[in-house]
Amino acid sequence: MPQSQDFSTILPLTILTVWACVLLLVDLFVPKGRKGITALLAALGLAVALGFTLSQIGHDAVTGFSNMVVLDSFSTFINALLLISGILGVSLAYGYVRRMSLERGEYYTLLLFSVIGMMLMAQAADLIIIFLGLELLSIPLYVLAAFARPKSESEEAGLKYFLLGAFSAGFVVYGIALVFGATGTTSLAGILSSASSGTSSLLLTIGAALILVGFGFKVAAVPFHMWTPDVYQGSPTPVTAFMAAGAKIAGFAALLRVFGSALPSLASDITPILVVLAGLTMIVGNLLAIAQTDIKRMLAYSSIAHAGYILMAFVPFGNKDVLPVSIAAGLFYLVAYAFTNFGSWGIVIAMEKAEGKGLAISDYAGLGRKYPALAAAMTVFMLSLIGLPPTLGLVGKFYLFRAVMSGGFVGLALIGVLTSLISAYYYLRVVVTMYMRDGEPEVVSEPWLNLTWGAAAVVTVVLSFFPQVLFMWASTAFLK
Amino acid sequence: MEFLLQPLTILTFFPLVGVLVLLFIPSDKKNALRWTALITSLLTFCISLWVLTLFRESNPDLQLVAKYDWITVAGWNIQYSLGVDGLSILLVLLTSFLTPISILSMWTAVEDRVKDFLLFFLLLEVGMMGVFLAQDLFLFYIFWEFTLVPMYFLIGIWGGPRRIYAAVKFFLYTMAGSILMLLAILWLGIYGGTFSVPDLIAQHNIPANVQMWLFIAFAAAFAIKVPMWPLHSWLPDAHVEAPTAGSVILAGVLLKMGTYGFLRFNIPLFPQATVQAAPWIALLATIGIIYGAAVSYAQSDIKKLVAYSSVSHLGFVMLGLFALNAQGIEGAILQMINHGISTGALFLLVGMVYEQTHTREFKVYGGLWKVMPIYGTVMLIASLSSMGLPGLNGFVGEFTILLGAFGSQAIGNPLFAGISALGVIMAAVYILYMFQKMFLGPEGSIVEEVKKHGHALRDLNWREIATITPLLVFMFWIGLYPAPFFNLMAPAVQKLVSALVIP
Repeated sequence: MPQSQDFSTILPLTILTVWACVLLLVDLFVPKGRKGITALLAALGLAVALGFTLSQIGHDAVTGFSNMVVLDSFSTFINALLLISGILGVSLAYGYVRRMSLERGEYYTLLLFSVIGMMLMAQAADLIIIFLGLELLSIPLYVLAAFARPKSESEEAGLKYFLLGAFSAGFVVYGIALVFGATGTTSLAGILSSASSGTSSLLLTIGAALILVGFGFKVAAVPFHMWTPDVYQGSPTPVTAFMAAGAKIAGFAALLRVFGSALPSLASDITPILVVLAGLTMIVGNLLAIAQTDIKRMLAYSSIAHAGYILMAFVPFGNKDVLPVSIAAGLFYLVAYAFTNFGSWGIVIAMEKAEGKGLAISDYAGLGRKYPALAAAMTVFMLSLIGLPPTLGLVGKFYLFRAVMSGGFVGLALIGVLTSLISAYYYLRVVVTMYMRDGEPEVVSEPWLNLTWGAAAVVTVVLSFFPQVLFMWASTAFLK
Repeated sequence: MEFLLQPLTILTFFPLVGVLVLLFIPSDKKNALRWTALITSLLTFCISLWVLTLFRESNPDLQLVAKYDWITVAGWNIQYSLGVDGLSILLVLLTSFLTPISILSMWTAVEDRVKDFLLFFLLLEVGMMGVFLAQDLFLFYIFWEFTLVPMYFLIGIWGGPRRIYAAVKFFLYTMAGSILMLLAILWLGIYGGTFSVPDLIAQHNIPANVQMWLFIAFAAAFAIKVPMWPLHSWLPDAHVEAPTAGSVILAGVLLKMGTYGFLRFNIPLFPQATVQAAPWIALLATIGIIYGAAVSYAQSDIKKLVAYSSVSHLGFVMLGLFALNAQGIEGAILQMINHGISTGALFLLVGMVYEQTHTREFKVYGGLWKVMPIYGTVMLIASLSSMGLPGLNGFVGEFTILLGAFGSQAIGNPLFAGISALGVIMAAVYILYMFQKMFLGPEGSIVEEVKKHGHALRDLNWREIATITPLLVFMFWIGLYPAPFFNLMAPAVQKLVSALVIP
């Protein structure tokens, strides 16, 4: 029987689950046209859960439910980031779904359930729980991607995401089965002791590789990225924003958890694969982004490229001395990416008009003259994605490359900086269009939306000067 | 609070006060905006003079150091660290000196989006100051990359017809170099456990085989910025398209960031690699001198001519730096200042006539001296200063550099200096060629052309004279009595050179 302290290990998760279920019922009584109440309640639930998560900082690492879940500084960090992403996701969506007449209460409940799945992945100490979390995060996202039905692009996005998601889940399950076959357990601690006791079998390696492939789909690493541009383009934009940040954070959290805490003994086999994956993802993502004329597709490829940068943090996972640094660097970069990501998608939402108008990069012409604050914010996000001062993106890249170089992968770091240079070309094109070409852009101004991108811009700049707290927190985020 | 009261902190960030004030002035109050920016930059200049009074020229070390822990958690050891010494004091003064002059030069030239222009300009000043003062590699990198952003906007928004191409090219070229430097910075940070430049220099233990790689990575960033031949191709585009004020700052200060980088980082951090690389750098510098001069002569656009002449002049600076003796380096530092003054003046003057004629082609000019006598006189002085006539500043710098390069053990062969000396003669050819085409001979078609529009070409007005006069004063001062300038840098240069072991 589960004990009460079991629930305390997943307290924010429990609260959010109950809240989401209640919200599902409450929403029935919220009159149509006033779904803002649901949005507010959803954000409130996320905020409460965030409060409890923050109260768990410094908590001793404990496991619960007979070693099925774990609460450690790593999961607390990820949970906080996921909950903030959830809040930002809600605030981006609120005005958009009204404007595009997609306003249905399920939107927010689905989003909550997806966050719950992500948090479960971050806290999983067992492969079965990881799989559970993966499904719980994915299924609401499939629905959300198709939320703009009967718009065919949105339906296509939902279906594509569903098919490839199911496919990748198959990889994960099969990988788990093989790992279980090799070690006789699905618990991460059990796998660690079994794998490091010597007998490293081929079965285990193949299993681990399959899990990697499955998560490769989820975080959109090359060559498992094919679905990304279509899904990101077709989904309603706030869903894309949430997907790009949340699913990536959760996917990377699970990857770090599985490989960092259970399978360091496989480093000699897996590290070369990771090097190739990371390198390819950076190169392909950035090169393909150059050719895009649609901002959503461009940002989709940019998110692929950033998956490559974050993947770099995993490369030294077998090196005990470097692992803490690379975890911290990965986490820090995820924070930088999350804020920049939500901010830039926020601008896209502000520019988007009904029927998919306003999404070409050329529609941004003249923004600098007509809406200086908005254009300045977008410039900040673009600089951050390139990795230039004064933004969080620069600090993040600095940290990341440092971790990779400490692990001895100078070549990979070189690919990282060279692809950053390539990326400057297409990110700058947005800036060029905004400031150096003339046009008559129209912008949607909604208080929550403006607040979201404004806050994201401020955080991106200010935190780059005072990253100490975040550094401190990220560097104490250890895997149990 | 003590942090905010450090003279160098005030000097670096004072323009931000102007930025804040500008933000609250409505965009259509153009004169208020201009005056605010001008006063801010003049006050910054006063602060830099105050720093000069605090500076002890006999002290070869870093002075007025403002050093505070910045990010010292989680294995990071990054400090907010500013300092000034004989290697940088003149460049700091040059920066704060040229900024108000540039702002004066845009008074009537920029009418569109004045507020944004001034905002970017003041931000650029912060970045440049930071580059010359930062003593921590991370801090330096932030300032270094940051200067890219405002300059990119200055070229891209207020530039000529091909401004976007030029702006993006400038950005990508410069960034290409600096990302390699980023890797080298990270390597140094991991290896030495600190990013502090004086500490890294004091450690003195970078393995010889790695030094060359690090040297190359840093040199990539700086050589593109200088720009050294064959990495110069962004410069003519950037200069031709940039607005006058942008060109002045680009030639006057931004290019010096490259040569300063060699001086501050490459030479003291990687002494063995520096000695090994010296003949090769001297070779590239010599090619640059001759190539830049030859290509200058082939130009029909005045701004392009001055731009290519920069390639030639900065070749001299590089030659002087890598002579690795006191004479060469002192000459090089002085020549950085000289180039900032002379080329800055030339760009200003070109901008002044361009504002009236809207063309920079030689062939339409001619006989301007009769029409604009003051302008002609000033242009003659600036031209002579740029080509190195004795009595003016250029001569002192180039002569000292060549003297240093002739006797340089590190370069090892006086041939480089010998060939480079030809560059001085070639400079006379292309500069006088330009002067002759513009000012002498029969009246060019542009004089009639302008008359057709109902007003004749006017000579310089009071604002323009006020803009250019400070530069003329320094041309004569450095040309006739350069001792105070040399005195400022000599102890620091001596210290730098004495740390080198030249076989």
